[in-house]
Amino acid sequence: MKILVPIKRVLDHNVPARLTPRGTVQTDGCNHEINPFDAVALEAAVRIRERGLAREVVAVSVGTDEFVSSLRTALAVGADRGILVRTEAPLEPLAVAKIFHRLCLAEMPDLVIAGKQAIDDDAAQVGPMLAMLLGWAQATNVSHLEWVDGQIDAMCEVDRGTRRLRLSLPAVVTVDLRLNEPRYASLPNVMRAKKKPLEIKSLTDFGIDVSPKTEQIALREIDICRRATLVPDVDAFAAALLATGSLR
Amino acid sequence: MRVLLLAEHDNKRLGAETRNAAAAARLIGGPVHLLVAGLGCAAVAAEAAGVAGIDRVLLADDANYAHQLAEPLAKLIVAQSGGYDVFLAPATACGKSVMPRVAAALDIPQISEAVGVLAPDRFERPIYAGSIMQTVRVSTPRFAATMRPAAFAPAGAQPAAPVQNLLPLECPPSACFIDEHIPRAAGAQELTRAKIVVAGGRGAGAGGGFDAIRRFAFSIGAAIGASRAAVDAGLAGNDCQVGQSGKTIAPELYIACGISGAIQHISGIQQAKIIAAINKDPEAPIFRYADIGLVADIAEALPRLERLLAGKKPRA
Ligand SMILES: Cc1cc2nc3c(=O)[nH]c(=O)nc-3n(C[C@H](O)[C@H](O)[C@H](O)COP(=O)(O)OP(=O)(O)OC[C@H]3O[C@@H](n4cnc5c(N)ncnc54)[C@H](O)[C@@H]3O)c2cc1C
Repeated sequence: MKILVPIKRVLDHNVPARLTPRGTVQTDGCNHEINPFDAVALEAAVRIRERGLAREVVAVSVGTDEFVSSLRTALAVGADRGILVRTEAPLEPLAVAKIFHRLCLAEMPDLVIAGKQAIDDDAAQVGPMLAMLLGWAQATNVSHLEWVDGQIDAMCEVDRGTRRLRLSLPAVVTVDLRLNEPRYASLPNVMRAKKKPLEIKSLTDFGIDVSPKTEQIALREIDICRRATLVPDVDAFAAALLATGSLR
Repeated sequence: MRVLLLAEHDNKRLGAETRNAAAAARLIGGPVHLLVAGLGCAAVAAEAAGVAGIDRVLLADDANYAHQLAEPLAKLIVAQSGGYDVFLAPATACGKSVMPRVAAALDIPQISEAVGVLAPDRFERPIYAGSIMQTVRVSTPRFAATMRPAAFAPAGAQPAAPVQNLLPLECPPSACFIDEHIPRAAGAQELTRAKIVVAGGRGAGAGGGFDAIRRFAFSIGAAIGASRAAVDAGLAGNDCQVGQSGKTIAPELYIACGISGAIQHISGIQQAKIIAAINKDPEAPIFRYADIGLVADIAEALPRLERLLAGKKPRA
């Protein structure tokens, strides 16, 4: 079995995003990381291979040259191969899904494990879009995976609780952080990863129409600070709650 | 702009999120048709017909739709797509799993988790865990979108619109439903609709702190929320998680107990009218994002708070 894991490079989740004076998101000089949900997806894929249930884990990305370092990290964590489809253009989720679709047609994976959302655009589209383009079944927001006779039992987090779905392969699974705790790459594995194959393809070779279907008109920072009035004790706190008028 | 809106429901009752999304749909255009797909859900269709702004209810009642799985639902919507320009769903787990499939099948863009409709083709949506608001315009005649329920006031009532039955389609390759676990205790308030939410974080773990939170929440008629760390620690169910990767809520009053105030958590409560916080660490970031703060140990503060507010309930 072969597993494909899409990887996106995003701004470090520990630092709130800010805008430059030109109104674009500040990225220069900022730390980046693999999208935390993708890191969980990769960990899940590597564990499946370590259990002998999969032969190969392929990490795939669409993005700039800087994505090479994210893919190297993915290789150090345990992916066997990496593929970067190089482009400078910021792409919409549908365009990204179309590119992964092409990669799937070439690579013929049995399973795609993806993050449920990327923490920058928070769109949560690529996984289900890819599933549709492939005509495959899907399970989203998965927090637990189990193998039963070559099928997957996926625990999906839904609004009112959880539900379990059974998937026959091929399928697309998108994962929540609760699925596992991703490992860190050890230094020897970082060294070893340098020798693992990482193929760089040019987006133009695919001949896919990735022209934007939406236009970003503006960005603005949201001021989320309210600067609490600190009250001295529980009695004053209760009084302050009552003064809001929400309780009577 | 002819709009097809996907209804959220459990085959028995219409999900409240549908009413919020119906209001959003009306801001985009009309006529608005509401698709109720399920099994044995005629009562839901009847309820849906009475939601203000709905011009017609499309009812697909078949075993294929019993659990509202994404694969058959998307196929059903795509089969109806000829008559519509805009494909909408509330940004619920179901809506978020179905709409990208519809968008991919129709080769149209999707706007995820819109919180504002500026024009029929212009939306506001938060990105980067709610630290930046994006205004985006759709450049194609047709598109899909999911609308954040908490951002739109629910549609009211109307005389019943007509209900049209749809023939079920053959099921595409799909996941199979095994079972589900819906833990909400009887009498507990629903998180996304509650006027008051009492939420606990990892700091509520020690000494049965989460039980104190549950008791306090119940005593004042509040719903229970939780941080991701609290859910990860098994203190609360995933249905209680508030934040970037959980629920977005807009209660009148949010009381955060033992929650540090990570941006990913704050992301889910920005639209709360008042945020109050109890944390034993005076430097906790939550105090920057709250209106009212108390530096205290929740194990000591909550019992007294419960006594002081005994008999109080959310304002009607
Ligand atoms: C991609 C991603 C998505 C995420 N999505 C979410 C999300 O949707 N929702 C979410 O909540 N988090 C989310 N997180 C996690 C988030 O970053 C924080 O780790 C999390 O919110 C912390 O939860 P907490 O405040 O309960 O725990 P902590 O940060 O550990 O804080 C515990 C607090 O409790 C206080 N405390 C301890 N004991 C007591 C006591 N006895 N009395 C009073 N106070 C006490 C401490 O002073 C501390 O401030 C996400 C993270 C990532 C990377």
